Amino acid sequence: MTSATDAEIVQFDNVGLRYGTDREVLSDVSFTLFPGSFYFLTGASGAGKTSLLKLLYLAQRPSRGMIRMFGTDAITLPRDRLPGFRRRLGVVFQDFRLVQHLSAYDNVALPLRVAGVAERDLAKPVADMLDWVGLADRMHAQPAQLSGGEQQRVAIARAVIGRPELLIADEPTGNVDPDMAVKLLRLFEALNRLGTTVVVATHDVHLLKKVPDSLIMRLDKGRLSDPTGVLRYPPRPGGPARGGF
Amino acid sequence: MAFTLPSALGARLGKGLAGDAKLIRHARLSGPMPWVIAIMVALTVIAAAAGLALSNAARSAADELSGGVTVQVVEANPVERTRQAAAAAQRLKATPGVIEAHVVSQDEVERLIEPWLGGRVGDDQEIPVPALIDVRLRDAVDGETLGALRRLVRQVAPSARVDAQSGWLKPVFGAIDSLRWLALALVVLLGFALAAAVLLAVRSALGVNRDTIEIVHLLGGTDSQVARIFQRSVGFDAVGGGILGLLIGLVVVFFFGRRFADLGAGLVGGGALHWYDWLVIALVPLAGAILAMITARITVLRALRRML
Repeated sequence: MTSATDAEIVQFDNVGLRYGTDREVLSDVSFTLFPGSFYFLTGASGAGKTSLLKLLYLAQRPSRGMIRMFGTDAITLPRDRLPGFRRRLGVVFQDFRLVQHLSAYDNVALPLRVAGVAERDLAKPVADMLDWVGLADRMHAQPAQLSGGEQQRVAIARAVIGRPELLIADEPTGNVDPDMAVKLLRLFEALNRLGTTVVVATHDVHLLKKVPDSLIMRLDKGRLSDPTGVLRYPPRPGGPARGGF
Repeated sequence: MAFTLPSALGARLGKGLAGDAKLIRHARLSGPMPWVIAIMVALTVIAAAAGLALSNAARSAADELSGGVTVQVVEANPVERTRQAAAAAQRLKATPGVIEAHVVSQDEVERLIEPWLGGRVGDDQEIPVPALIDVRLRDAVDGETLGALRRLVRQVAPSARVDAQSGWLKPVFGAIDSLRWLALALVVLLGFALAAAVLLAVRSALGVNRDTIEIVHLLGGTDSQVARIFQRSVGFDAVGGGILGLLIGLVVVFFFGRRFADLGAGLVGGGALHWYDWLVIALVPLAGAILAMITARITVLRALRRML
């Protein structure tokens, strides 16, 4: 078994995942995510993208294999250390997972409140974030009053407001128009330039072309194909190769 | 990018969940729960007040009777009875440790037995009434003292019977003691019932808010942060219900206090509540709120432990 160093933000080694006694939804998945990289996770519906993301945002433990995050074994991580790790992540869920009885403002403010930021300190960043995703005039609306695309933008704003070290987005542009999709990708790229590692799961091949400097992780029936070897560990000399697509 | 981010985010990790009041819906014990708490607290206040009053009554009576001795001169001849009573009283007054010894007047004796035998019994030569001597000792009466007094009195009054007053009320003290334990058991049982009611309400609230709690967890919220929300909300509701329960309980306690006060002196008269008893009663809602909050915290933390 290989060991990760602090240079890797995430390392999966022969990871398998099964729910109950069913067959494995992920098998022998091995890859490395490097700080400041931009990854697309692609694959057909049912290929295991969401399951892989669940392992990444620590909502699920694998059935086998090894996962290291931020230089620490994430599988044997004590439960009381999980919150600290999760605060280093930003997650855009496929089903948004907004708190239905809170306004758009309160949903976006939630990660900051969880982190203990005082009310007076969070008003401006939350308002700016909502403005950036084009929802400044909808900040008091509850999710039920927002369209699917608007809810998705609130979910994205909530995921990035804490400036996470690793941003994980599950089909983040599935419900927005092409212009907004490009705008949101630019937001992810901006965060990426600031040092955030970005993983975007999508089945939209057109989206992949929008970020030419990205790396592609392709899942097929629970197995990760890595034809160029850019995801393997140890990395090639000089770091990971770019321009995967 | 147009937005700014808090620079000291990392430094604030681990602090409380700000603005949590509206995060968890139904974290408060909505519906009938505050009323259930009010009823529990009211019953606890009544049980506690009854227990304390019984304790006071028992203590007061015990203090009063602990140094008391009664001498009966059972003699059919009234002249001889009066002589022996006077001699016994004289001897007792001269005995070290005896504070007071006085012959109970004939009128007083007749008043005491009037409810059972009717008026002016002493005039009836066919029903001789014993002469009574009420004796107060400095210390509590024990078997040895009582034996010594008997020997002493019988030297001058052979028809005398000497008894400790506390001995007569032994069965009454036993019954009072049982009632005090019953009151304590009721308080404990009501505490269990309150905890059980809070546990069920919190479990229900956890179920309603499961999705929100999962999201808070995935955003890095800790179990303690979630538990604190429930704990605080339950505390507020428990204090509200507790104050209402205290008021209801006090009304009942005052009502029965008045009714018992109307009965007059004796054991009941000694059952008045002291200021420190009222303090204990006033602390019942606070204790209830603390119990409810601890129950809520433990329930939430145990439930969250099953989530990843």
